[in-house]
Amino acid sequence: MKTDDLVTLLASGNVAVPRHALERRMIAGVVTGSLGSMVMLFALLGVNPELLAAVRMPMFWVKCLFAASLVLASLLMAARLSRPAAALGLAPAALASPLLAMGLLAMVSLLTAAPEQRASLLFGQTWTVCPLLIALLALPVFVGTLWSVAGLAPTHLRLAGAASGLLSGAIAALVYCLHCPELAAPFVAVWYVLGMAVPSVLGALLGPRLLRW
Amino acid sequence: MNDGQADTTEQRLRALLLEGLDGAGPAYHAFLKEMTAHLRAYFRRRLRGLPDEVEDLLQETLLALHNQRHTYDVTQPLTAWVHAIARYKLIDLLRRRAHREQLHVPLDDHDTLFTSADLDAADARHDLALYLEQLPSRQRLPIIHMKLQGLSVSEAAALTGMSESAIKVGVHRGLKALAALFGAHS
Repeated sequence: MKTDDLVTLLASGNVAVPRHALERRMIAGVVTGSLGSMVMLFALLGVNPELLAAVRMPMFWVKCLFAASLVLASLLMAARLSRPAAALGLAPAALASPLLAMGLLAMVSLLTAAPEQRASLLFGQTWTVCPLLIALLALPVFVGTLWSVAGLAPTHLRLAGAASGLLSGAIAALVYCLHCPELAAPFVAVWYVLGMAVPSVLGALLGPRLLRW
Repeated sequence: MNDGQADTTEQRLRALLLEGLDGAGPAYHAFLKEMTAHLRAYFRRRLRGLPDEVEDLLQETLLALHNQRHTYDVTQPLTAWVHAIARYKLIDLLRRRAHREQLHVPLDDHDTLFTSADLDAADARHDLALYLEQLPSRQRLPIIHMKLQGLSVSEAAALTGMSESAIKVGVHRGLKALAALFGAHS
């Protein structure tokens, strides 16, 4: 085929593109996935019966803020990585800050606690299920986010896959706050982060295969 | 050519693309046509050892520019966006060939993208008619009627009995499927 013919073919018909097409596609996948994750929480796990008491504790909101800031930072990262040649700008720093802050808070909490309390601050009562449940809740968001990014134009597929995975993990962590009874910073710093790492690693592994265009 | 000329080219092409994204077909055609020459020169320089691949890769890249045109951020330089796509497609090609040949191709210096143009088209091996036959009719018919015969959405809908939104979706998905076929056959 002659290249000129291809050019004519591509330029004929309706060539207009709606404004903010990238943002719309990101939002469509992420919101649909998040709703799926909420449904999973209500259907499979239920809301923490102590939630009304928990919301009066500052640490509950610190935990939510931690997850929410990771959601925003990874959303920014995934959106930037979906655009050819877009600079990452402050996105990596925005991603690192809440992780460092929670790590620091966990250290302070462990160092200031009595030695016999440290194990319970770190393991709580649910460390065996927490990472697994976060990874599970991440699944619908993972699918939605990868759908969004795959319809855009990522050029660093492994990184874009990892950012998509982290976004799904962070949203799952935020949703999981409704169920999770744990409020200790060391618990969040280890098991929440581990739960979010699962879809991130999975995204990095699947990115080159699923995000090609 | 010098940097000043590259800047003027950037501004002119950017203006054409922005008009095209708003729906101006002739401006978009002019954009793609001029981009074809720049990209051909860009790929020729980088694929000296593989001259037969140039036109195929060029067509794949044009299709990618078109299918992914919604990812262009109008506040960003056009050169960087086009270069990132061209580079991605070039690397993709080299990866696919990697098991066959060891190559050393310079990938960077996107400053030179708009300072050279090559209008001398070779024949690509891609056969559009053959690829179109492989698409399901809900994608093939909208492309034939709208893109090849130049009918409007409503005319194509009336002719095929499909809804207008099905026609639009068919063109969109069909071009994506063609891009995949282009990739698979090079």
